[in-house]
Amino acid sequence: MNALEIRGLTKQYKNRMAVDALDLSIKQGELIALLGQNGAGKTTTIKMLSCLLTPTSGDALMLGYSIKTDATKIKPQINVSPQETAVAPTLSVRENLELIARIYGSAKEAAKEKAQASMEVFGLTEHAKDRAKALSGGMQRRLSIAMALISEPKILFLDEPTLGLDVRARRELWKKIGELKGKITIILTTHYMEEAEALSDCIAILHEGRLKALGSAEELKQQTRTGSFEDAFLTLTGADI
Amino acid sequence: MKLNAFAGRNRKEIFRDPLSLLFGFGLPLFLLGLVRVVNSSIPGSGPEIFRIENFAPGVAVFSFAFISLFAGMLIAKDRMSSFLTRLFASPLTPKDYLLGYALPLLPMALLQCAVCFAAAIFMGLQPNINILYATLSLLPAAIFFIAFGLLLGSIFTDKQVGGFFSIFAQLAALGSGMWFDLALVGGTVKAIAYALPFSHAFEAAKAALAGNFFALPAHLAWVVAYALGTGVCAALVFRKKMKQ
Ligand SMILES: Nc1ncnc2c1ncn2[C@@H]1O[C@H](COP(=O)(O)OP(=O)(O)OP(=O)(O)O)[C@@H](O)[C@H]1O
Ligand SMILES: [Mg+2]
Repeated sequence: MNALEIRGLTKQYKNRMAVDALDLSIKQGELIALLGQNGAGKTTTIKMLSCLLTPTSGDALMLGYSIKTDATKIKPQINVSPQETAVAPTLSVRENLELIARIYGSAKEAAKEKAQASMEVFGLTEHAKDRAKALSGGMQRRLSIAMALISEPKILFLDEPTLGLDVRARRELWKKIGELKGKITIILTTHYMEEAEALSDCIAILHEGRLKALGSAEELKQQTRTGSFEDAFLTLTGADI
Repeated sequence: MKLNAFAGRNRKEIFRDPLSLLFGFGLPLFLLGLVRVVNSSIPGSGPEIFRIENFAPGVAVFSFAFISLFAGMLIAKDRMSSFLTRLFASPLTPKDYLLGYALPLLPMALLQCAVCFAAAIFMGLQPNINILYATLSLLPAAIFFIAFGLLLGSIFTDKQVGGFFSIFAQLAALGSGMWFDLALVGGTVKAIAYALPFSHAFEAAKAALAGNFFALPAHLAWVVAYALGTGVCAALVFRKKMKQ
């Protein structure tokens, strides 16, 4: 079964088409990277899929449920790491993690254990008691991602997850994402071509709200007859195409 | 379960802010102290409205205005941050949000009443069971102020909430009749004051404190109507904002 089935998904803001009749299927356990230049419509697509934004037209089935009519069935099974770091500033690292675990249905004790495990994975244990607002930007970012993973979602949205992470943290997040591959469906956006190449099974290139190309990094290189994936991307999103 | 978790978070946000504690509890105590000083410097028994059993209920009502401020600020700040985006994508329902924001503020309101009346006893208020009834009679007012805060925070940014609050606090203070006898002013001012809920909340608490329970229903009806109306508005506006 496809985890995601996007059909003619469209979002129009006044006279700007943010997402224009997007069609896309994503298999269960697949990791798809949404690429595109600033303003291409990546975040808007993620917002619609995570039931935050009502589409102007079209629909998407997530795990078989419509984002338009079955949001309450979808929400417990997905989680999002928004493009901007999203943490509760006055809560400590541990409290932030426990809060999200409990909102997604964990009992108090279970939430404690999950938070502990998650802090170990993301190198946050030392900061367990620090208020989120006192953390460095990169540490807040890690917490924000940890909060997206703590509910063990079936579908995970990561909007530019590695923005602001140092080299080691980025490598560790890649490793973590690698471990999740095959188990959960991940939709990731990034502006780092090497990240998309290294992590994804499939790359979707958006340009001005429309799907420009779809395939593995290798396929897209062949399709554009370019030597590097970055060149392939630039060709696919160039004005002269 | 999830509601508890969210309400717990909001309680922490509010009680961890030293400013909210300072204003929510410090200012009412300051007002009580001020009036005591004013009273003692006036020869004789001082003006009727400044007698502690008349003034303390007014201070309690006024202190609730800060609850509107806390609720409004918290929601407005959340709305500006992507933390609320994250929550909107979670299984929390609109009901969970509204109750989650409102519930932690109710104990805060009760605590404000307790602190206010405790201080009043210290300044000569007769300690008796009517203080409990007065506190209970203030519950609808507490709900009104909470609902109003939810409404403010759902509409405005945190800076706008701050600005709007300064007007609202003036209205609550002057419109309640704690500083001057509305019956003596008369005219338009009196009509406006009696159309707003502040004077009725104040009169109800004053009546309960005096053991004059027959006067309660008429005043409480006004406050309950305002609380319900504002609550419904807040819920509608919040739901609308959730869908952007
Ligand atoms: N609330 C809004 N109102 C009006 N236009 C909007 C709104 N949100 C997004 N847009 C527009 O929709 C388009 C797509 O924006 P979106 O945020 O999805 O881009 P993106 O691909 O995520 O870009 P970036 O790489 O910069 O994050 C842009 O042209 C943007 O200006
Ligand atoms: Mg974006």
